[in-house]
Amino acid sequence: MAQAVVKTGKQKSKIVKLFFDLTFWRGVVAIIVFLVLWEIGAQAKNWFGFMVPFVGKVAPPTDVMVRWVEVAGWPGYWESWYLSTGRVFLGFIAAQVVGIPFGLAMAVNKYFRGMFFPPFEILRPIPPLAWVPASIIFWPTTELSIMFVTFLGAFYTIVINVLGGARSIDIQYLRAAQSMGASQWDLFYKIILPGTLPSIFVGAAVGMGITWEVVLAGEMISGGGQQGGGGLGFFIWSSYMGGVMDQVIVGMISIGLAGYISSSLIRYVGHACMPWRRMF
Amino acid sequence: MTETSNLMEVRNVSKAFGEDWEREQVVENLSLNIKRNQLTAIVGPSGCGKSTVVNLLAGFESPDSGQILLEGETVSGPSKDRLVVFQETALMPWLNTYQNVTFGPKLRGDMSARELKIAADRIIDTVGLREFKDKYPLQLSGGMQRRAELARALINQPLVMIMDEPFRGLDAMTRQLMQEFYLRLCEEEERTNVFVTSELEEAIILADSLVVLSNRPTTVREVVQIDLPRPRNLDMLSSPEAYDYKRHAMEMLHEEALKSFSGTESGSEFLKSYTQHA
Repeated sequence: MAQAVVKTGKQKSKIVKLFFDLTFWRGVVAIIVFLVLWEIGAQAKNWFGFMVPFVGKVAPPTDVMVRWVEVAGWPGYWESWYLSTGRVFLGFIAAQVVGIPFGLAMAVNKYFRGMFFPPFEILRPIPPLAWVPASIIFWPTTELSIMFVTFLGAFYTIVINVLGGARSIDIQYLRAAQSMGASQWDLFYKIILPGTLPSIFVGAAVGMGITWEVVLAGEMISGGGQQGGGGLGFFIWSSYMGGVMDQVIVGMISIGLAGYISSSLIRYVGHACMPWRRMF
Repeated sequence: MTETSNLMEVRNVSKAFGEDWEREQVVENLSLNIKRNQLTAIVGPSGCGKSTVVNLLAGFESPDSGQILLEGETVSGPSKDRLVVFQETALMPWLNTYQNVTFGPKLRGDMSARELKIAADRIIDTVGLREFKDKYPLQLSGGMQRRAELARALINQPLVMIMDEPFRGLDAMTRQLMQEFYLRLCEEEERTNVFVTSELEEAIILADSLVVLSNRPTTVREVVQIDLPRPRNLDMLSSPEAYDYKRHAMEMLHEEALKSFSGTESGSEFLKSYTQHA
């Protein structure tokens, strides 16, 4: 009891902890240094008569910030966020729902694997974007075809990770459980499933990244789908077409942030589901 | 150690692996008896097929010919009567110590929740892991992991505990502590143990009977009864009796180990010079 009291007394709030965390400050300093260099490069345009590469050609971060504040007032910008996020998550969740059982089934059943692995491997190298024209024909709405391409982006990675993870489970776990009286179902539910969980989350993290890449490209190609806001990809494309470069950068950073938030979310869920891996 | 009837009998068991054209005989005509409430240690030169013997005893593999009997009945498939403690620990990394220990009984549902809690607490105390009940395997030291694994096997009250080089990979100090701990454990309660190891000293100090295996294809070279007094401790290893056992078994093991060299010319020369030296 006494120990517990001491423990709670020592605990600080998360924000206070973050404030004293050197890693956090290193990250902040790195971002600030990057922004300062960018600002200097973009303002100077050229050094010693030479054009500054990359940043010399784009708007400085201060302009981008001003533009961002302006853009943040438009409902269309937020609608783009909403649309892209929705597509990403629906495609991603569909890929999880289909991919995890599919991967597990291939891992545990050799007949199933024998039948479905070869076609899967033939389809896998086809880049999701190559599916865009076909999926526009397949699906009744552009919305669905973008989502389908998003789904494909995450699907292959998820399946490969689940399959590899489930098949690399140490046979000793299975033997130990078997000799303690585990049925086939027990083996699957109590050994293979928790044993595959780390790979499921690796697949999810990688798949989530691919999903963001794919959804934006899909939006650019298909022209955004709906009449109103067409998602962040369309936002960038239309800004580029309009020649508003600082708005393109606003779009790009928005995607970066969206991706960062999504992968943090997956990490968070992963930690919650796998307490045994949190310790180191 | 009063009763000495056979609990397990292995009768003329053979096992080969591989496809027809390159079939390798791993176990050939192996017969041995495992006496009730005794510790049978099995030693053999490295690579001789000890793990195959373990898999056969446990029922993970079935013999090509011959029979394995437990209390007179043929063994078919793994069962909680013959639990194996593996070389590298097979604790589930996703379960904490307590969950790992209660894994078997929970699976079978053969204990009430209250019984299970009492039994688990008692056994976790026995292996000295009370403070580490909520820790996951990766948070435990090597020695603690082995003890947790022992507890996980013990709670199932197996008829035979099969230990497959359970202390391999531990540092010398921890290994010694584990050997002493295991010795106490075996002497306090009557249990039938099969202890497979490649360490001769470990085998001698633990065993009631020592089975020396031959080189591949594996068969029993000799069974040595170890009559050191009980309770034992590791100091007894320096006694003259233990030394005699050790020398006798060592000679056999050397011979068997060198057989794997004798196939080639350079091997037989090595063998010659080596035996002259010894």
